This record gives sequence, C-alpha cells and structure tokens, in this order.
Amino acid sequence: MGERLFLSGNEAIALAAVDAGLNRGVGYPGTPSSEILDNVSKNGGAAEWAPNEKCALEVAAGVSFAGGNALVTMKHVGLNVAADPLFTLAYISIPGGLVIVSADDPGMASSQNEQDNRNYAAAAGVMMLEPADSQQAYDLTLKAFELSREFHMPVLLRVTTRVCHSKGVAVRGGVRNPAHPTAFERDPRTRVMIPAFARIAHRRLRSELHKLEDVANSLTAEHGNPEGSFGIIASGVSVLHAMEAAPDAAILQVMMCNPMPIEKMREFAVRFKRCFVVEEGDYVLENACRQNGIEVIGRPELYRFGELNVARVRRLLAGDTTPEAAPVPGKPPELCPGCPHRKTFEALRDLGCIVSGDIGCYTLGVLPPFSAIDSCVCMGASITVGLGLRHALPETEARKVVSVIGDSTFWHTGVNGIVEMVYNRPKTGHVVLILDNSITAMTGMQENPGTGRRLDHTPADGRLDIEAVVKAMGVDNVDVIDTTVQHEEFRELLARRLASNDLTVIVARRVCVIAAAKIKSYAAATEVK
Amino acid sequence: MKTVNITFAGLGGQGVLTATDVLAAAAFSAGLDVKKSEVHGMSQRGGSVSSEVRYGEKVASPMIPAGESDFLVVTDAAQVDVNRGKLKSGGVLITPEMIDIAGLGNKKALNIALLGLLSTYLDFLGETWKAALAGELPAKLHEVNFAAFELGKRSR
Repeated sequence: MGERLFLSGNEAIALAAVDAGLNRGVGYPGTPSSEILDNVSKNGGAAEWAPNEKCALEVAAGVSFAGGNALVTMKHVGLNVAADPLFTLAYISIPGGLVIVSADDPGMASSQNEQDNRNYAAAAGVMMLEPADSQQAYDLTLKAFELSREFHMPVLLRVTTRVCHSKGVAVRGGVRNPAHPTAFERDPRTRVMIPAFARIAHRRLRSELHKLEDVANSLTAEHGNPEGSFGIIASGVSVLHAMEAAPDAAILQVMMCNPMPIEKMREFAVRFKRCFVVEEGDYVLENACRQNGIEVIGRPELYRFGELNVARVRRLLAGDTTPEAAPVPGKPPELCPGCPHRKTFEALRDLGCIVSGDIGCYTLGVLPPFSAIDSCVCMGASITVGLGLRHALPETEARKVVSVIGDSTFWHTGVNGIVEMVYNRPKTGHVVLILDNSITAMTGMQENPGTGRRLDHTPADGRLDIEAVVKAMGVDNVDVIDTTVQHEEFRELLARRLASNDLTVIVARRVCVIAAAKIKSYAAATEVK
Repeated sequence: MKTVNITFAGLGGQGVLTATDVLAAAAFSAGLDVKKSEVHGMSQRGGSVSSEVRYGEKVASPMIPAGESDFLVVTDAAQVDVNRGKLKSGGVLITPEMIDIAGLGNKKALNIALLGLLSTYLDFLGETWKAALAGELPAKLHEVNFAAFELGKRSR
C-alpha cells in the first residue's frame, strides 16, 4: 500500500511527473492548469515558465530529443498557440518522454471559449489520456510517460477544470525515478521533417496509432452494476457524475480517447438495449461510436454547453430537454480596490477611446463602472486587432483606437504585434498601452520574463525590459507613467499621443495591489541569502 | 455511512477555501473518502465563491447535486439567497449572525468560527479538528483561530 494523500488533480499530475523521473517541466500559466508547475517545483522537479505555450512545447521537445522526460502544461487555448509544433512533433520519433497537459474549461469558469481539445488529439494523431479524479490523474500521468517512452511519441493528458481543482484521496505508488540520463544521438531521418522524411514519418505515425488501439482497449474500466438495465459510455469527470446519477447502470469508462477503444465500446454497447454516451463538450465519443456502427443514445444539444453535474446527467438520461433553470447570479468579479488598472480604465472611458483589449484581470475593464473595452479575442490580439482597426476606420475614429495589454501577455505574443506595427505602420500611427503590474496576476501571481524572478521566485538570470525592447524595435515614443499617482498627466499624455501620427508605447507601471507584499517578501528572502 | 455534503459560500477573500481545506483535512485524517470542489480564477476578484466538501465511505462526483447539501455555511449574509438552492429541505443553514462577532479576536477568523459552529453537528473528535486547523493554517495564526473555533462551538 502506497502513501495515502489528499491531492488536487493538478497536485497529482505534478507529483506523478516527478515520480516518473522528470528532467524539466515547462508551461505558461492558464486557469485551470496553473498550479501544476508550482507543485513540480515544490516536489523538487526543475520547472520554468516559458513566455508562451509554443516556446514551452518546443523547449520540452528539445529535452525529450536529449532523452529526458519533459512535462508541458497549459490551458486549452494554450494548445492553439502550441499547435504548430504539436502537429509535427507527432511525426517525430522522440527518444525521451514528452507529456503535454491540456486543461480544458467546459463552462468557462475562467476562459474565453469552451473548445474541446480531444479534437486536437484526433487532428494531430497524438495519444490522449483522460483522468476522472486525482487518483487517475496520478496514475495516468505515470502511464503517459511510460507510453511516450515506449512508443517514442508525445502524449496529451486532457484534464478539465473539475479534475484540476477538485481534491480527492490518491495513493502514491512506489515509483520514484530520478531524472533520466541524457545524451544526443543523431537521427536526422526521424527528426528533420523535410518532405522526404516526413512522408515516411506520417506512415509510421498511422501504423503506431493502429497498434495503440490495443492499449486503448486495455485502458478502460467498468463501474456500476454490470447487469444494469442500461449502459453508459463516458470519460473524464462525467464518469463520476454518471455513477451517482445512475447507480443501477453499467458504466464503461474510456481513459484513452485517442486512439479510441472501439472494440471495448462495441462489446459493451451490445450488452444493453439502451446505451447512452455521457461526455462534456463536443460529441467525440458519440461520433466515434456512430462512425463505427455502435448503436448509442446521444446527447441533446442542450448538454454540449457548460459542465455536466449529477443533476444534469439525470436529466440527460431521462431525455429531458426542457429549459434548465438559470443559476442564481452571485456577485460578479471586479477589479480589486486599489488595483492600478482602475485609473487607467477611467481615463480610457472618459476620453472615448476605442479599446482593443487582451487577456488578464484587466479584461474586467469591460464591466461597469468602466465599460472601457471594445474587443477581446485571444492572448496578444489587442495590438494587432488595434492595428487592423487603425487601417480600416475613417481617420477621426482611427485616432481613438488604443491597444491595451498586460505585461505577461505582452511577452507572450504581444511583442509580435509591435513588429507588425513598426513594419506596417498605420497612417494615423498607433498607441499601445502596456499595463505593467509586474506579475501575472489573473492566474495567481506567477512570474514572467519581465519580473526578474524565476518560477520559484528566486532571482532570474535575465530580465526583459519592456522600454528597451520596444525602443530597439523602432517605436517612436516610449512613455512610462503611474496612472494612479499621475492621473491627470496620464490623460494629457494619452490625448497628445492620440492626436499625433506617431507610434507610441505607454507603459502604465504600478505593482499589483495583491502581489505587492509577496514581491517584497521575495526581495527580502534574496537579501537574506 | 451516508455521504455528508457541506457547502461553504461567501465572497473572495473571506477564507471560504481555507475553511473547506480544514474541513476536508479533518475528514481525510478520519480515514474517510473525501472530495472537495471549487472554481478558481475570476472568482478570486472579490466575486461570489463557493466550495463543496463531501465525505463518506465512497464519494463519486466531486460536486454536490443541487438541493442535496446537508449544511450550507455562509461567510457573507448576502450570499444566502445565491446559494439557498444548494441546501436540502431540512438542511442546516449557518450564517454569520449566529456568531458573537464582538467576541472574535480577529474579524478575519469568522470563517473558522463558522467552522467551529458546524463542527458541533459533525462526528469528528476535538483533536482531529485541532490537528486539521494546525495543519492548514500558518503557525502565527493558530491561537487566534483555535479561539475562533471554540467561540463558534459555543454559539450553537
């Protein structure tokens, strides 16, 4: 019997990754994935925040090319950023272990969409495992590294908000591997994806995926009453809701959703007159059943939106499609009292700016009393969307366009927007406002390339300087201001820059009100050493 | 044993998640199956927060079905109506008015005082609670929270 622990899914993934023998954990913070790398570090593993998910996956790929084990963590939309390396890494024969955590957010507790990343696994041809609770998060993370090393392929571990943030009892097994030994072995035919090699690699990938169907069939579990009056095929946390909603049903849990355990699903479904599919998000299991001639009862469209829970699964199984009661609205989140963004958004509102916004706490500037954000698409989009508006709008309106982006988001993908701005300059110029609160606040106060500290809050080897970087890139004016203290000066400055045809970056700098005490304690800890 | 379902609710910053950490730690150390569920992220910014703990011999879903909470404990009176639908009929509602706030050494320990009141309905031993409080809270806050917990117990 192993050590009995009480862990969140994120803590379980971190612990298992370290137990499997971890050379490096790399990621970009994003709810609900953010706590994984902090816990890797707390458990003695090497971990870093990369500037974005594409960088993270590529660093991890390098670690795995050297024969090491690498863990990559991100929220679901992060995989969009990392999709470019993902699709080609699927072809590459990796000597080490590479496990990519995609933390999906059905119901959008803290996200801009509810994309279902099980589709990525099928599209890229990458194995995907899907745990339901903390115990399975631990076990399947170990399994993911084992499969990655055995088949020389990356493995996606798909978790959802409830799996990441729910805590449960988990038993830690006896595996305690040290970091794997590393060495470089040249093998360009399997790692340089020129067309001649990639054609061979694609065939290898598809043939391996066929072999992996046996693994998928073995990674299933049956719960509930085997003689039940009906069957349910489910994956992830939906399995647990189904166990409670239908205690007399037989439930087949799918733990590998790419490739899929088609034979197991077929054998299971034929045992019952009625077999339901219970899954959150898209119709991934259901469509696979239908394509393979497995007769199942699918979900009404109502249930593809939001999270499932026990009550919704009961309704789903009863075929109830009557409208669901809206939850009683609670108090919405807001910018904290004393938040440095408050005065910034008051000025943008009062000056009637057209604001192209970005992803972070400051997106709350869209709500009253500010009502000062006009669009928000994805990480880094504020600058480039603002440039498009500048190019397309009549001059009087173009002059009102301001792009607003946070410090961490700027380093993530905003910096590319500055390249676009300098290269393809709008006639009216442009104003980019970088809200530098010196921390990645929204996701829980993580470090970033501009803070001067590593993931574990110790001093970093290098610190990126926003002003120096944008000046070197060719921006005409670079201003730094504290909008809380210099409120009137900020309004005057912003109005002046908007009236010019210059390219301007204004850095609105004031430390996050919640992070301030923590940042002081990091500095004090450094001085003691 | 039947699964016990407890919902804690309040606003960001009131210690809702800390209270359920202590509660879950007590149930865990009693050797029970325990699940705890909440949503992080946007909710931290001063908005409504709720956290659910379920324990028993075997717990399946991490989320308490609507209308099946045995206890609803709120750290902010305005959150009662938002969460009332979570409480089963005949369930126990515990609110801040039930605590003698004037007797609290530190107003921020209201969450733990409410937990003390809740503890009078549950079967865990005093030493289990004390160990859970000590394990989940920083050492410098132990005394004030032990006192808040005792105040809560006396408020029944």
